[in-house]
This record gives sequence, C-alpha cells and structure tokens, in this order.
Amino acid sequence: MVKTLERNLDGRELFASILVWSAAALVTATFCWFLGDIIWHGLSQISWTFLTAPPRNAGREGGIGPILVSTALILGVCLAVSLPIGVGTAVLLAEFTTDASLFGRLTRRSLDVLSGVPSIVFGLFGNAVFCKMLGLGFSILSGGLTLACMVLPILIRSTEEGFRAVPAGYRLSAAALGLSRTTTLFHLLLPAAVPGLLVGLVLGVGRATAETAALIFTSGYVDRMPESLLDSGRALSIHIFDLSMNVSGGDANAYASALVLVAFLLLINGTASWLAEHWLHRRIVTI
Amino acid sequence: MRPSTPAEGTQPWAPLDKNPARYVPKPFIEVEQLSLHYGQKPAFHDVTVSINKGCITALVGPSGCGKTSFLTSLNRLTDLIPGCRVSGRIRLDGLDLLAPNTDVIRLRRRIGMIFQKPNPFPLSIRKNLEFPLREHGLRDREQIAITIETVLRDVGLWDEVKDRLNAPALALSGGQQQRLCMARALALSPEALLMDEPCSALDPLSSGVVEDLIVGLRNHYTILIVTHNLAQARRIADYAALFWVQNGSGQLIETGTAKQIFEKPRDPLTAAYVSGMRG
Amino acid sequence: MSRWPTDRLLLWLLRGVAAIAGAIVLLIVTFLVMEALPVLRHVGVARFFTDPSWHPTEGFYNLTPMLWGTLFAMVGSVLIATPLGILSAVFCHYYAPPVIARPYRRLIELLSGIPSVVYGFWGLVVLVPLIGAIHPPGPSLLAGIVILTIMILPTIALMADASLANVPQQYLRGAAALGLPRWATVRGVVFPAAKSGLFTGVILEAGRAIGETMAILMVCGNVVQTPHSLFDPMRTLTANIALEMAYALGDHRAALFVSGLVLMGMIAALVGAADWISRGRIYG
Repeated sequence: MVKTLERNLDGRELFASILVWSAAALVTATFCWFLGDIIWHGLSQISWTFLTAPPRNAGREGGIGPILVSTALILGVCLAVSLPIGVGTAVLLAEFTTDASLFGRLTRRSLDVLSGVPSIVFGLFGNAVFCKMLGLGFSILSGGLTLACMVLPILIRSTEEGFRAVPAGYRLSAAALGLSRTTTLFHLLLPAAVPGLLVGLVLGVGRATAETAALIFTSGYVDRMPESLLDSGRALSIHIFDLSMNVSGGDANAYASALVLVAFLLLINGTASWLAEHWLHRRIVTI
Repeated sequence: MRPSTPAEGTQPWAPLDKNPARYVPKPFIEVEQLSLHYGQKPAFHDVTVSINKGCITALVGPSGCGKTSFLTSLNRLTDLIPGCRVSGRIRLDGLDLLAPNTDVIRLRRRIGMIFQKPNPFPLSIRKNLEFPLREHGLRDREQIAITIETVLRDVGLWDEVKDRLNAPALALSGGQQQRLCMARALALSPEALLMDEPCSALDPLSSGVVEDLIVGLRNHYTILIVTHNLAQARRIADYAALFWVQNGSGQLIETGTAKQIFEKPRDPLTAAYVSGMRG
Repeated sequence: MSRWPTDRLLLWLLRGVAAIAGAIVLLIVTFLVMEALPVLRHVGVARFFTDPSWHPTEGFYNLTPMLWGTLFAMVGSVLIATPLGILSAVFCHYYAPPVIARPYRRLIELLSGIPSVVYGFWGLVVLVPLIGAIHPPGPSLLAGIVILTIMILPTIALMADASLANVPQQYLRGAAALGLPRWATVRGVVFPAAKSGLFTGVILEAGRAIGETMAILMVCGNVVQTPHSLFDPMRTLTANIALEMAYALGDHRAALFVSGLVLMGMIAALVGAADWISRGRIYG
C-alpha cells in the first residue's frame, strides 16, 4: 500500500497558496486603486457650497444642491409607495400563507423573477406606464414609482426574514390568550419584526440611490430645483452620468459627485450590515 | 500484503488474560502528564497512561470528562481548534508528537480517526477512498483499485457496494457510512485507530456489525475507543481507563486491564461506575 | 378561521397588496409586449436577426451585433470574475488569518453597493485612456469586460463566501484526520460540498452581467458592430436601449422594446438552464 510520501505534494500546496494570496492581492489592489482615485480627485471639490449651491455652466461649476433635493424626493416617493405594499406583502407571506398555498408560491415566484429583471427594463416599463400611460411625463413621481417596483423584492425578502425571526412562542401565547390576529400583528409581531424591516428599508434605499438606468427615461434630466413632484428632477447618479459623458470638462465635479454618492452608499450599506448583525443576528449578503 | 481478517491468516482472537505467554504488552502510545485547555477552561488535567500495541483500549466515563478531547489531542486534531492549548508529553513509538517540528500530516497517516457521526465526503464511494490515497502519494491506478477492494472487503462492504462504487457515499445507510469511514481510514495503512463512540449514532444492528469489525481489527491495529456503553467496553476491550470530572476538569481515575477494571477495580469511584451505581 | 371581523378585513387587504406586488412582473412583460407589438407586426421577428444592420431610421433592425456584444462581455467577465471571486472566498475562510480576513470581507461587502455609474465613470477617465495608450481607441470590449468583472466580482465572492461557511465542520475534521493538506481539502471536499451555492453564484453574476447598462455604456464606445477583437468598440443591448430611447419614435421605439424583451428572454433562458443543469447534479 502507501509506503512513500511524495515530496511534490508540498509543491502543489505552495502553488495553491501563492495562487490564493495573489488573487486576494489583485482584488484588493484593484479596489484600492478605484476607491483611492475617487477619493483623491473628489475630496478637493467637496465643500458646504458644493453641497448646497445649484449647478452652473451645465454642471462644470457650482454644486449639486437641487440635485440632492431631487434625489431625496425621488427616494421619498419610492419609499412612500413601496413600504406599505412591501410590508403588507411580507406580512401576508410570513403570517397568513402556508408553504403550500398557491397564492403564496405564485407571489414568491413572481418576486424572485422581479429581482432578476435588469434595471433598463424597469426604465422601459416606467416610461411606458408612468410617463406615457398615466400621463405623468418625465417627473419625480414617475421616477419614484419605477424605483418602488425595483425595490419591492428586496424590501419584502428582508421584512419576511424579520417576521420569521420572531419566535413562534409569541404567536402561540397570543392565540392562547384569545387575541385577534390583527391585534397580534400590530402590537406584538410588527414591533418585533422591525429589525428585518429596517434592514430591508436601508438596503432598498441603497439600491434606489445607486440606480441610474431606470431613472433616465422616467425622472428626466432637468437640474433645476424641482417645485413639485410632477416636475422633472435629476438624481445624483444621473448627474454623474451626464457630467462624464455629455459635458466636456465636467470631470472634476463628476468626481466630487461620485464621492458624495459613494460615501452615502457606503454609510447606508454599512448601516444595513451592522443592523443585520446586531439586531437580526445574521449576516446579509448585499448582492 | 497483510491478511485482511484474522479468520483468513492469523490465529483467532483469544482473551489476552488467558494466554499471557502468547502476548507481550508493548507500549505504543505513551502519554505523560497531558493537560488540555480550551482558552481558560481545562478539559482534562495531568493524564498519564500507556496504550499497548495491537490491543483495544476503552476510555470510559460519563460525558464531559474530557475523553473525546483526550482522543483528539493524540492525532493533534486539537491544532484546528482556536484557543486550544496542550501541555505534557505524547510519544508514539518513541517519537515526540507535541514537538513543534512534527510532521502532522504524516502523523495522521499513522494514526487514523473514526468520528461519532459518520462523515463520508460528499463524493462517490470510490472517490471517498481514492482521494486520500492520491493525496498521500499513491498514483498507480491498479494499486488504488486493489487497495479499494481490499479495504472494502475488510469492513464487509465489498459485496454490498461493488456494483455501485460511483454512487454517492451519502446515499448509504448510517451503518454503511460508518464502515466506509473505517475503510477510508484503513486505506492509509495506519498503525493506530482512534474511535470516538463509533457506534453511538447507529441503530443496534449496524452497531453490532461495526463492533464485530472493530474486534476483527485487533492485533493488526492499536485501537483506542471512547465509549459510553459499558457493556460494549466489557465485550471488546483488552484495557480500560476511567475518566471522571474532579476539581472542575477531567481526570484519569484508574487504568488497567479490562478484567481488572471491570471485575476487581481498585478505586471506589471505578467500582461505583462499572456497577452502574454512579454515572 | 378567526372570529374577529378585523382579521378578515386585514386578510383581504393584505391579499390585495400582495397581488399588486405579484402582478408587477406580469405587468412588465405585458407592457413590453404591448409596446413592441407594432414593430413586430410591421417588420416580423426574423428581420431582427437578419437585416443588414441596425439602422432604425432606414428601417434596419438587426440586433445581432449588440447580442454578440452582450454575450462576449458577459462571458469574458464571468470567466475572469468567477475564479477570482471563488479564490477570494477560499482566502477568507482557509488561508487568511482572522485579522486580515475580516477587513477583506468587509471591503468586498462595501464594494458590492457601489453604483454602476461610478464604476463606469472611473472606467471612462482611468481605464479607457490606459487601454487607448496600448491599442487605440480606448473604448472597447476589453474595457467593458474589465469593468464588468470588477462589478460582478462581489456577487460571486459573497455567494461563495456564504456557501463555504455552510460546509459542515465534520467534513473538514474528517479531512484533517486523514492528513489531507489544506488545498487538497478545499479542492476535493469543500468545493464538491459547496457546489450548488457556487453554481447559484455564477448564475447570479451572469444575470447581473447581462443586465448591466450604465458602466458598459460609458466604456464600450457604443459603435454598433460585432466586435472581432478585444480592442474593438461595441455596444450591448442594454446600452443600445439607454442611448436611443431618448429620441426614438414609432417603430424605432417599439424596436427598443423588442430588445428589452430579448433581454428578459436571455435572463429567463439563463435561469432555466441553471434549473435544468442543477436538477440532476445537486447530490452528484
């Protein structure tokens, strides 16, 4: 049988070690190059004026004040619409359907498919339905509604997790006390499921803020301060796109805007991770 | 090649105590003042025992006395547990196992281990046996095939699986999986086998089959078996050692031949445990 | 069923809301089809693949150069990102000391949230000139592949990380007890055990690569041609929609909706193939 140990086994292990460490080094180096570049070029432009002043000269100068406002409004619309629908659906899936129910399975399936739809297709959909069919035109409202559709699967999945994390004991004790399901839901389960909800909310905000393709044909390009939800408004991501592709010499402000956006998103995703780990006690994968 | 079962080439097992002239006990694994700590918590303390070559030594005692920790320290599996510290001496045939430059990989070829819950790899039956062989340097396909057949015959699985060697190992029953794990360990021609309650996760029928298998390995291998099952220990052990929790950590209370431990124990604690009064 | 009337009301309310959520996907497909129908009626499906070129103003609607663009970019980026991502996860679990593994994992997690437009911007101002210096022009398939790789790497890395974490400890202990060294254990035991999770990760990253719009738009040059070398500029289906939607009318606009349907079809095919392949393989 096996009497000798061939030494080339060590060679293979060494090669594997080198391979694995090199891969990690390559990945780290690339990301550091990327982040470093953004921070280096963007930091010098950032100031309070930059964050509040309106853009001038097609954005080459001035700041991003109105753009931040538009972005916030679009986010607001998105959350106002997706939160009730999302939480309601999550509650139904977690509390009122069994694994075998057809309605539950169909809904879950369609949400799974929804999460795989490319963002540009959402843009097409939003354009066809909200801008054209509902007559909202290029507006913050259209953009927000489109983003709400995109964000729903994330919100629902995370909220459902939150409900599933609530110990079965709560529901059983409530039933034993003769409480109605409505009461149990609003007074016991919802408060306990808040961590899951918050995580989903934060993740959804992150996804929505990063979105560009879905907004190009729904919320428009106008970089003035919006006066109503029906006004067209430019989101931060669109601004970066415009400055880099369509405005020559817009690079400096594009870097700064990119830095603001990245900083905001790192904060958001970091918060979601922290919340998940400390409140939900599980790690989430923000793919 | 070595004969596969005692029935085929060597003398059948005879109780060692009845034929002392035939068998000369030779220490194979010598443990001196071994202690193990998980972080600050001691698992066992100051254990000194000598394991004899070719014999079955049973480690008995209630749960939590450090028996399993003791077992895993012998093949340095404790290295994998973060925060685990081992102090003392372990000698295998004269070799110091706790020395920093010990080749742990070679050590684990000489000492095999069978776990409580059968853990075949998520591969086919053939691959489960072939993979460790290849990794330890055996490349000749014919040799590998011969080895696989031999060890599967040794554990009594050959007739049951010879037609489906490429089937997933996880599809086997619990007893078959455990025997596969034993075959996997035997394929590397170890000198000693460490078994951590190998039958406790199995149904009584499979348990009996595995137990017979273990008895059949005597003389060819040095076997150290942790067991809760006193009846089993009485049946198969040549030597026994009792562990107990004292002063917050596991201690070795008494060690000796099986006949002595089970019929004429010296320590009152041992007497109480083997008669079922305590434990 | 409960006796309380509010419960019944609540149930129906929730059902209504869930129905809305569930219907969105159907609505998307319906509207895409509705908007695409006019051109499909005038022009027919075959011409989308057989016309001489993509020139909607002249009535030519061949999507194939952009289909190739999407496919090449996806395949190229998946081929590079998958080994890098899986090796990253292996690094975190089995090779890196905890003091390095934790920040590394955090780094990848944080980077998965960076928007595509920022990646595209960086690609445009840093990567494209770099490639242009080696082989003009700069905007090219290669730039697209590199940027896509960077974007989908976190997807596969994090999925692989989660899959490796789920490999049962007993396999690792069994392998260690057999004296198997580290890479042998990873290659022979961990990978087979984590197979289905890794596979899902690859499907997810491929789907993301197909659907990516902004970054690809910004670095690929947007010339409608089937790329014949890594340095050729090209355009993907997604970039095509983003670029032309703003001014497309009538049949042109409808044709863009057709390409939207093609995109959905590609992703559906991907997921379907994944289902079919994994059906026999999970316990293999």
